[in-house]
Amino acid sequence: MSEGYHIVVCAGIVPDPLQTLQPVQTPTGWGLKNEMMLPAVLDPWAAHALYEAAHLAKKTPGSKVYLVSLAPKAKLQQVMMTVAQKAAFELVPVDGPASGFTEAFEVASALYEAIMGIAGLDRNKLLLFGGWESASRGAGSTLQILGEMLQIHDQFQGVDECTVNPDGSLQILERVEGGNHQVSVCKGPPVVLGWATGNLPEPPNNPQIGMSNMRTIMPALQKAKTAKIGADGVFFGSVELPKQLRQTRVVKDAQVDEIAREILEWIRK
Amino acid sequence: METILVVLNVDENGNLSKHALETVSAGVKLSKGLSSPFTVGIVGPKPELAAELIGGCGATHFLGVSAEAFQIPRYVTDSVLIENLANKSQATLILAPGSSRWNRVLPGVAHRLGGRADLHVGELKVAEGKLSITKWYYRQRMEAVLQRAHRPWCLGLDSGADAPWQGERGQVSVEILDIPINPAEIRTQVQGAKSPSTSEQTIRPDAELLFVAGAGWTKKQADGQAHPDRAAELILRFLQLSGASLGGSKSLVDLSSEGQSVLPFMTHLNQVGQTGATPRHPKGLATCCHGEEPHVVGWRFINERRAVNLDPNCGWAHGKADVLYVADAFQVMERLNALLEQEKQSK
Ligand SMILES: Cc1cc2nc3c(=O)[nH]c(=O)nc-3n(C[C@H](O)[C@H](O)[C@H](O)COP(=O)(O)OP(=O)(O)OC[C@H]3O[C@@H](n4cnc5c(N)ncnc54)[C@H](O)[C@@H]3O)c2cc1C
Repeated sequence: MSEGYHIVVCAGIVPDPLQTLQPVQTPTGWGLKNEMMLPAVLDPWAAHALYEAAHLAKKTPGSKVYLVSLAPKAKLQQVMMTVAQKAAFELVPVDGPASGFTEAFEVASALYEAIMGIAGLDRNKLLLFGGWESASRGAGSTLQILGEMLQIHDQFQGVDECTVNPDGSLQILERVEGGNHQVSVCKGPPVVLGWATGNLPEPPNNPQIGMSNMRTIMPALQKAKTAKIGADGVFFGSVELPKQLRQTRVVKDAQVDEIAREILEWIRK
Repeated sequence: METILVVLNVDENGNLSKHALETVSAGVKLSKGLSSPFTVGIVGPKPELAAELIGGCGATHFLGVSAEAFQIPRYVTDSVLIENLANKSQATLILAPGSSRWNRVLPGVAHRLGGRADLHVGELKVAEGKLSITKWYYRQRMEAVLQRAHRPWCLGLDSGADAPWQGERGQVSVEILDIPINPAEIRTQVQGAKSPSTSEQTIRPDAELLFVAGAGWTKKQADGQAHPDRAAELILRFLQLSGASLGGSKSLVDLSSEGQSVLPFMTHLNQVGQTGATPRHPKGLATCCHGEEPHVVGWRFINERRAVNLDPNCGWAHGKADVLYVADAFQVMERLNALLEQEKQSK
């Protein structure tokens, strides 16, 4: 086997977290009010997966990073304007909804088709990356299902670290209860890693990488196949915003001692 | 009619965790509500001992898996485990505690079984002989009630969804399953758990109080200086005295991971919010944290909320906290620690 990994990062797009979101019924099911108008970002945990992928690829000569994304292609193009500057990758876009109200199984099926269409992808080098949960559906399901479809049974979720040992095995740290990590060693690819935050800061924008990425991103977006994604077999009874805001009591000009006593009393209640 | 399977694992002491007992309650509730039988599947070195603890729960069958390969959390073995329990019980509804162990495999195994899965399931409701679940979307911003047509339907239940099961112990007969697994398929070895590199264990899921520190602790204060050492001291002392669990805002956690000398005990695992955790505690106290929406979505399951901030117009003031104290957190925490010390000494 020649050196290097084929790292496939699956990442959707989600509304910028600073936006106010409101659920609405649409002709195709539940969605967000003005969904197409909301500014979008690459799904945050999946974005961490991308940074980790780029970092690992850099350290491992012969590696290649693919970013597989199912999203409305016009919105994806906007998001790529910034994401393309963060890391070198080849975009594999699928044109379809980015809604959280679609079914993970259907999304995984569309991603599977896209991945199977990547020319020269070697399963024996495959690291399937993504976020452990999306910021839309939050199902924690898509990567697992995709892993099953690709028959990869070494799967890890809530990953914060993946290091390559001298013998080529992978040491993986996954988040478990109580702020701990579970440490596992896997013989090597193929594996599924659903990333949590990882250890890397967001890379600064690099316009050169951006320019070089964009040369392949634009044609890829033009050729993107459309996938019909829904939520077959799911019946939403209701989708609601949490009932109410709290009535905040704002305590100004109180003595520090008074505040501390009040907090203590509250803690002990 | 449905057929229900409750999947449980025994903890390191041979017991069933609170989360496991909550899942038993959910199974009992569904079994009654849907007039459907339920089976309990237990993985542990001695599943019959754990089965005895819940002997009176009304399950029609108890299945056990005691083989060593299945005792550790790992996708390849856990997926085969659930697959076998599901096939043996012919389950249409599969419930498991939504712990890191079962959340890692439920959706994958649901696909293998031709079904569907939902994780982070809140409430289970039965009406007109049908199961509905509640689940949050967009990082706890909106809550949906949904049903599914596909079976089996695997459900990873969030903790706190039901009260832990309480009832009579009782001897039950446990059918031990012998699940074949080809050793060549096991490519992953689990080496164990690793706690954070700092000596202090600051994340305490069972604590009454979540104490959140924001980036303000590291910012220049009224004297024109930053006081990170003093901040670290005050926070750690408060955690020791109060037993609270520590959360952080993204801004503070990112500072720590970028190698600035800030709060050495603060890691990404402490982060609360959109890209952090959504912990469950009865109370939460935020300090030097602005209370921006991406942070506050992580407070969805914190019932009572108070904040200390110098800015009367910070996010908490706008319906996100019950009480906002407009004050210097350095001073408030110093005084609060002193009161806690007094309390400790008088005991
Ligand atoms: C994609 C994305 C994901 C995000 N995910 C998260 C997330 O998961 N979690 C998260 O927390 N944020 C998240 N954010 C960031 C979020 O929008 C805020 O930027 C962040 O929460 C701000 O942190 P902070 O309140 O600690 O810091 P700041 O905004 O810097 O606020 C500091 C506060 O400290 C107060 N202060 C200073 N000194 C004192 C003092 N002596 N006493 C009392 N108060 C004092 C100030 O008044 C101020 O309100 C995300 C943002 C994006 C774009």
